[in-house]
Amino acid sequence: MYVISRRIGFYILTAIAAVTVDFFIPRVMPGNPVNAVLAKMQNTNVTKATLRALEVEFGSGTREGIWGQYVRYWNNILHGNLGISTSNGMVPVTTVIRGALPWTLGLVGTATVLSFILGTLLGVLVAWRRGSWLDTLLPATTFFQAAPYFFLAFLAIDLFAIKLGWFPAGSARSTLDFPALSWTYISDVLDHAILPALTIVVASAAGWIVGMRNVMITTMDEDYVLIAQAKGLPKRRVIWYAARNAILPSISGFSLAIGFVVSGALLTEIVFSYPGLGFILLSAVQEADYALLQGIFLVITMAVLIANLAADFVYVFLDPRTRQEA
Amino acid sequence: MSVPAGHPLLEVRGLCADYGAGPDAVHAVIGADLVLQSGEVLGLAGESGSGKSTLAYAITRLLRAPGMITGGSVGYYPRPGTAVDLLSAEEGTLRVLRWSQISVVMQSAMNALNPVLSIGAQLTDVLRAHRPDLSKAARRARAAGLLAMVGITADRLDSHPHELSGGMRQRVMIAMALALEPQVVIMDEPTTALDVVTQREILQELMELRERLGFAVLFITHDLSLLIEIADSIAVMYAGRLVERAAAKALFRAPRHPYTLGLLSSFPALHGPRRHLTGIPGSPPDLRRLPSGCVFHPRCSYVMDRCRTDAPALLPLAATGDGLSSVPRAAACWLQDGSAPPPPELAAAPDLAGSQS
Amino acid sequence: MAVGSSTDLGATQAADLTPPPPRPLAGRGRLRLPRSPKVLIGLGGLAVFLVVAVIGPWLAPYNPTRAFSTTASFPQPPSAAHLLGTTQQQQDVFSQLLAGGRSTVLVAFVAGLLATVLSVLIGVTAGYAAGLADDLLSMLANFFLVMPALPLLIVIFGFLPPSQGGDDVLIGAIIAITGWAFGARVLRAQTLSLRNRDYVESARITGERGWRIIGFEILPNLIPILASSFLFTVLYGVGTYTALAFLGLVNPNHLSWGGMLFYAQVAGAEQSGYWWLFIPPGLAVALLGTSLALLNFGIDEFINPRLRAGGLSRRRARRAQVPGTARPPRRFELGMTPVIRSTPLTAVNGAGLQDFPERPGTHASPSADGRPDAARRWRGRRPR
Repeated sequence: MYVISRRIGFYILTAIAAVTVDFFIPRVMPGNPVNAVLAKMQNTNVTKATLRALEVEFGSGTREGIWGQYVRYWNNILHGNLGISTSNGMVPVTTVIRGALPWTLGLVGTATVLSFILGTLLGVLVAWRRGSWLDTLLPATTFFQAAPYFFLAFLAIDLFAIKLGWFPAGSARSTLDFPALSWTYISDVLDHAILPALTIVVASAAGWIVGMRNVMITTMDEDYVLIAQAKGLPKRRVIWYAARNAILPSISGFSLAIGFVVSGALLTEIVFSYPGLGFILLSAVQEADYALLQGIFLVITMAVLIANLAADFVYVFLDPRTRQEA
Repeated sequence: MSVPAGHPLLEVRGLCADYGAGPDAVHAVIGADLVLQSGEVLGLAGESGSGKSTLAYAITRLLRAPGMITGGSVGYYPRPGTAVDLLSAEEGTLRVLRWSQISVVMQSAMNALNPVLSIGAQLTDVLRAHRPDLSKAARRARAAGLLAMVGITADRLDSHPHELSGGMRQRVMIAMALALEPQVVIMDEPTTALDVVTQREILQELMELRERLGFAVLFITHDLSLLIEIADSIAVMYAGRLVERAAAKALFRAPRHPYTLGLLSSFPALHGPRRHLTGIPGSPPDLRRLPSGCVFHPRCSYVMDRCRTDAPALLPLAATGDGLSSVPRAAACWLQDGSAPPPPELAAAPDLAGSQS
Repeated sequence: MAVGSSTDLGATQAADLTPPPPRPLAGRGRLRLPRSPKVLIGLGGLAVFLVVAVIGPWLAPYNPTRAFSTTASFPQPPSAAHLLGTTQQQQDVFSQLLAGGRSTVLVAFVAGLLATVLSVLIGVTAGYAAGLADDLLSMLANFFLVMPALPLLIVIFGFLPPSQGGDDVLIGAIIAITGWAFGARVLRAQTLSLRNRDYVESARITGERGWRIIGFEILPNLIPILASSFLFTVLYGVGTYTALAFLGLVNPNHLSWGGMLFYAQVAGAEQSGYWWLFIPPGLAVALLGTSLALLNFGIDEFINPRLRAGGLSRRRARRAQVPGTARPPRRFELGMTPVIRSTPLTAVNGAGLQDFPERPGTHASPSADGRPDAARRWRGRRPR
């Protein structure tokens, strides 16, 4: 478990670094963020307390040194205080994020996992049936890989929601009823989730397919796969033996790609007006709600780190070579 | 080693195998003829690129892409009365035959063993596929027995390949190959990657196992000196063709092909008078641009005009037997066609009592 | 996953999958790309986009920012005057498309170039230096790899004052900061494996200076990977820049395809079916990306020839067929070597198999197989 503890150590370091980056960005950017916020908030009444809070937030107008501010920033974070969201009626940032997080987790989480599973399986298939017509699909997958997520989202909406009318064109649910465990509510949510999920799956599966295919092809050349055939094992088992080895680099790749997938998913949310983190991220940018911006960035980073850690666990589980207790 | 007294198990006739198709095809094996008797050790010797591995894998149709079989026949006769045409067999038949009748031991155990599976899993998967009647416990017991047969303790069943030493891994491979007690074991340079001491140990174990279980071995190697000890008969390959075939002792005593002579002169003998070590001048040919006529003629010290234009077939030589089942001798050399006596180093040895030549 | 360290999960895998061993500089031929259709289409597409990027604004029929009408308030569908319709502000979409390419391509290439330079500096140094330098640099690369790029960029650009948001080079540079890490990891792995090659070792022993070794022995062998990494980063740059512009984080007056998509979103294009507002720029980005990806595919196949679409094309299979044999299969299935031609098992005559007759005379060709005298297909032998 030496390996895992080293990885955890790395993630903790990364988390610390992320918080630090988050702290420093508003302070190193040219211009005075407080003024920018105020400029955007022309119509609301700015109380003295707000002004004070903003200044403390961004470190201008205080006599504290940078280090003091940094420490206070950490203090706040560890107490779950991510600041005040100026664009949402001065509620705590954590409240805003807490409202949006489940939607994102649900959509992006399931879509990513689905896409990985689907892409990996298809990749194995394409590699095994190499030389068949499946190979002609590969350039098509590059198109989907290259097309921006939100463009595909646009297309999906245009085609399926507007022209064909099969699915709703946006948002997560039709009514503003309170969430209940009724079938109508759940089916409504699912109905709204299918198009965005589909977009994410289609856009990201291409990457897994190609990646898995490439690794499988290299793996199928290995001696142990030939021996598996020489043993007279059923075909399924031979493929399993190869895939079991080929999946390892894919899982490494998963950790790399999760950043991309999350980014793309956030964009998809925006196009679909899905009330997840992506959506509030955009409004935070547009309203110059810096606290919210910083908060979301932190949350997203933490989520990606946790996903990475989970992938690491899976990798160690699957590859006995990493479990060597030196 | 004992003289095998069995029936012909595997017969290869005129086998041709290419890599690739069309005008760019590489003819890796051209017209190979072999017979493997049950219980016999047949050594297949040759340089790298001579086609020996290709031949062995082609027999069981395990040749990797873009390998193809372009001619000949391979017959497997597990019992008197049954014959299987391996080249036209269907997938199902091959699947049943493989490992239960013919198994393979490869050169590098590190590559041949699946790194993510335990040893036990890799030993029992064949049992599961070929002997569905066995229970899980019985399979595990049998796997433990197999490991014991090669001198490995049963606690290694749950280990993974990277946790074992090189020699142990090779032993596991051998145990794996014998899991279903096959009649033929094809060994592709099984000891080349090992140090000399381990090599000897493994070979000894191999021969003991063979005595016990009675399987035939097709032993592929580039090291002719190895074959002195273990082979009953030897076939020498060069550039895809068989150039000589003889009983082992006879081959060493009296080689009949210049290439064999060159190979034998390339390694020193521990006993006997000191000899000048000669090699074989030149290098193996590019398989896509083979010389005309006899494929060895550019490197042959006995080359005649005829050699440059006509390629000799494997000509049978007078087999001076002694009553035991004589392995027919053959050499693909115009020097042996009987038109003129060959040079003394390539002539038949004088008939000593009880030996073949 | 972590770059570096022996506990790096996937490092061994990555090393196993690194390209076949390259050769020392002496005796290397020129870099030849395979002429596969992928590479050609990719190159062609890329060339088209590059041309458009350079001369686009001059090709545009109208000034992209010129508003054609002050009365209409809806985007106009394509017509004879406006090939791709107009935006909500009554600007010609086609002109915008042509002009917008320049900034997208410029940013992407700047990002790609800078990121590649960074990844070479950090990756090769880490791979070559080993030890503490390697550990530190690897950690740095890991950090940037794990950090989700787009949210970070959103935060950075969110805080950036709008005046700076129009500088393409600056934007490219910022994007490069998030994009170099992947290339660095790959380069480091390859440098590590190269470093242990004999010819590098011998250069070190003879006292050649590190820089010279890197420059002459290592770098030339890294060129295919560098090319692939560069293309990948450019692709990343295109996508990221378009995303940032779409979100409105880049100065909206600065024309780009992403910006066009931003305005499309503002105009409610997808809800109202104004397809000409979002399909042309989106498609342009997608096609540019596809060209890059295809080219990358081609380079990958060059690096690792096993990845070429396997099997024979129909035409080659037909041409390769030798008369009298079966056609070589188009798909090679593992474990079932195809048999193009074979001889059925010979009938057994009384003499048994111990000495079988040799073919008389010479071998003319492999297929001049002597047909056995009584060739009958035997599945079972009669008991003797």
